[in-house]
Amino acid sequence: MEALKQELKSKIIEVLNLEDIAVEDINDNDALFGDGLGLDSIDALELIVLLDKEYGIKLTDPKDGKAIFESIETMSKYIAANRTK
Amino acid sequence: MKVAITGMGIISSIGNNVEANYHALVNGKTGISTIENFETVHKDVIKVGEIKLTNQQLAQQLGLDSDNNFSRTAMLGAIAAQQAVEHAGIQHINEYRTGLISATSVGGMDMTEKYYYEYFENEACRKYINSHDGGDSTHKIAEHLGLKGLVTTVSTACSSAANAIMMGARLIQSGQLDRVIVGGTDALAKFTINGFKTLMILSDTYNTPFDHNRKGLNLGEAAAFLVLESDDVVQKENKKVLAYVSGFGNANDAYHQTASSENGEGAFLAMQKALKIANLKPSDIDYINAHGTATPNNDLSEGRAILRIFEENVPEFSSTKAFTGHTLAAAAAIEAVYSVLALQNNSIFPNLNFNTPMEEFDLVPQTTLKEKTIHHVLSNSFGFGGNCSTVIFSKK
Amino acid sequence: MKTCYINGVGCISTQNTFETEFLSEVTLNETENVLFANQPSYKEFIPPAMIRRMAKGVKMGIAASTKALKEANLDLPDAIITGTGMGCVEDSEKFLKAILDNNEQFLTPTSFIQSTHNTVGGQIALGLQCKGYNFTYVNGAVSFETALLDAKMQVENEEANNVLIGGVDETSSHTLELFKLINIIKSEADKPYSVVTPNSKGVVFSEGASFFVLENEKKDNSYASVQAVSIMSALEMDEVQDYIGTFLAAHDLKPSDIDAVVLGNNGDSEFDGYYDSTKTMFEATPQVFYKHLSGEYNTASSFGFWVACNIIKNQELPEIVSLNSLKKEKYTTVLLYNQYRGKDHSLIVLKNAKT
Repeated sequence: MEALKQELKSKIIEVLNLEDIAVEDINDNDALFGDGLGLDSIDALELIVLLDKEYGIKLTDPKDGKAIFESIETMSKYIAANRTK
Repeated sequence: MKVAITGMGIISSIGNNVEANYHALVNGKTGISTIENFETVHKDVIKVGEIKLTNQQLAQQLGLDSDNNFSRTAMLGAIAAQQAVEHAGIQHINEYRTGLISATSVGGMDMTEKYYYEYFENEACRKYINSHDGGDSTHKIAEHLGLKGLVTTVSTACSSAANAIMMGARLIQSGQLDRVIVGGTDALAKFTINGFKTLMILSDTYNTPFDHNRKGLNLGEAAAFLVLESDDVVQKENKKVLAYVSGFGNANDAYHQTASSENGEGAFLAMQKALKIANLKPSDIDYINAHGTATPNNDLSEGRAILRIFEENVPEFSSTKAFTGHTLAAAAAIEAVYSVLALQNNSIFPNLNFNTPMEEFDLVPQTTLKEKTIHHVLSNSFGFGGNCSTVIFSKK
Repeated sequence: MKTCYINGVGCISTQNTFETEFLSEVTLNETENVLFANQPSYKEFIPPAMIRRMAKGVKMGIAASTKALKEANLDLPDAIITGTGMGCVEDSEKFLKAILDNNEQFLTPTSFIQSTHNTVGGQIALGLQCKGYNFTYVNGAVSFETALLDAKMQVENEEANNVLIGGVDETSSHTLELFKLINIIKSEADKPYSVVTPNSKGVVFSEGASFFVLENEKKDNSYASVQAVSIMSALEMDEVQDYIGTFLAAHDLKPSDIDAVVLGNNGDSEFDGYYDSTKTMFEATPQVFYKHLSGEYNTASSFGFWVACNIIKNQELPEIVSLNSLKKEKYTTVLLYNQYRGKDHSLIVLKNAKT
């Protein structure tokens, strides 16, 4: 699980082009959207593609992303339980 | 100052000319179907408003040589613009100071995506390299019409054609030109299909504007043009005026790159400006041709903006996108034609596929063809980049 | 009717034009067939959270417009009107390449959003929270001139007190390769390149962003006023003289009233002949050229507009842009003429704001 979290952090930094942020700057329970990392709805769509491409998880309704992408913690739990690759 | 409309032309998924479009509108006949003209992996999971003519058929209709380098966007535009010019009874296009303002979002992307890699291997297709940019499609239309003068192109995503109409009207009002052909054209392309797909706003079935259970938009392709003429030309040539452009407004939502704000601020400001220029009160509007793309975001935001302007007295409104799909930069031009048809025939065209009112407010579109005396139609078009436009068409 | 004054400018080009005095640091290129913009550091103009998704064109547009607004001492314009020939072509390519290479799978929206032509104007509005009129014109070499014409009408008719306008285009690798294939870009074999004496087909291609604040009020720092703008879709070479003559006459001007003529020569042996009749017509007039500094792109004429503004404001014609070595005591009325491959002709008359 810890490895997955680290992997997720670095992938998020990479795909969202978060130049000024390092893996160590993101805590597992930090909010990814809003006040935390400050991601927005376009980032949410990017994360949906990340789930599909890297872990074989398909979300069809962007609204489903809200709970999943709350934090690294929630995201990694969801991926661990649902991944197909 | 109002600007006269003396001709119009259109090609869309519901018909290849004005009469055919009108016939489909009054008979509730949708143009939404499965894509046939090109291959895409999304073929079976999306529906589109496709014009069922191949590029060869379009080229033939225009009498183009086999070595032409018209993109599909340019061909659709040329067909619609030629109809408009003929409809306006124009014999000598350069007799008056005449301009052409077209709108497009994809331009020649249909050819670029086809030959992107092939360009390096096959010299024969290289003629399309210069057809990529938006301005090329407009130049092709101008050349087809034999028009020499002010030729330019607007590209503000899905509000583009409304803005072309606005600029055209402004050029006549300021005395720069006597006559302007205004409109827009966009062909379907893998580029836009996949683009909207990534935004997750494409419906997997028929689009349902203003319905609570709406699932997104269907993309479409179309072109439409209007001939705008100054009062001087109208009088001198004893022209029949179809309707007038009486007001217009453009505003920016300044909220998000693609999404509309929750209270529809940009849309509200655009409608407010247009009413002010037309010197009309909201209660003077008899019909709203809504943007109504059937995305969750647009219809909610637009509905709220309409309520802010019209309050308790929202006139009949409908989105005709259930007929045509969302034709992007051409949308406001085809809806301008529909607005003029509504004025001419005193008819409100139905908002197809509507079943369940949205729970956020009490707004129900007109779902059947309705006859009603119509003096003023307000038409909305909104695009990415917060671009919000309203044009008002009037009988007198 | 109000007069339309240019009260602020900002220019990013292949030269260091953003942070220096007018043309004080320029280098002449004769060996590169593609030139890239000399970009400033964007950190002071754009917050990091926003910059991460921005295309080069957007960044150049925001920086150049910020400078123009600052110079005009204006926080929020009534309208924003941009011109761009190709839009943010780098993201268009990125998205299209992803579609083709991944068979329409695993695509993400960012590059698609950035590929929309009005993304520069839209993002400037978003940054400024400007809810006013926001247009983008995309018509080759008159993209900027249409923006100028639109703004001029609105300022004169008092629909807007001030308008931010600009021309912006960026380069992108695949498009550059395509342009080389069909000789829109000069061939390597034709080096050295010259704009003054064109000896080969094609142009030196480049990119840049020039923004201007237009206002209905004359100020101490006004550069010039915009007197007239004309756009013409296509002309034969032998029609140019008549086009210019008619335009000048319509604005009560004779060729001898023009103190400098700014020409869009780009060194393309096939099309620079379009400027020959202008050279004859304005034989006794100081002639200015600029594309040897800026390179050619759809909105390169906005760089020429920036040059003209500065010549009028400084009342000085720098040697490096002088085509026929003629100079004048005063630069009161300046004419600009540009075209690209025989299409998209434009004429602009600028006047010294102090007269």
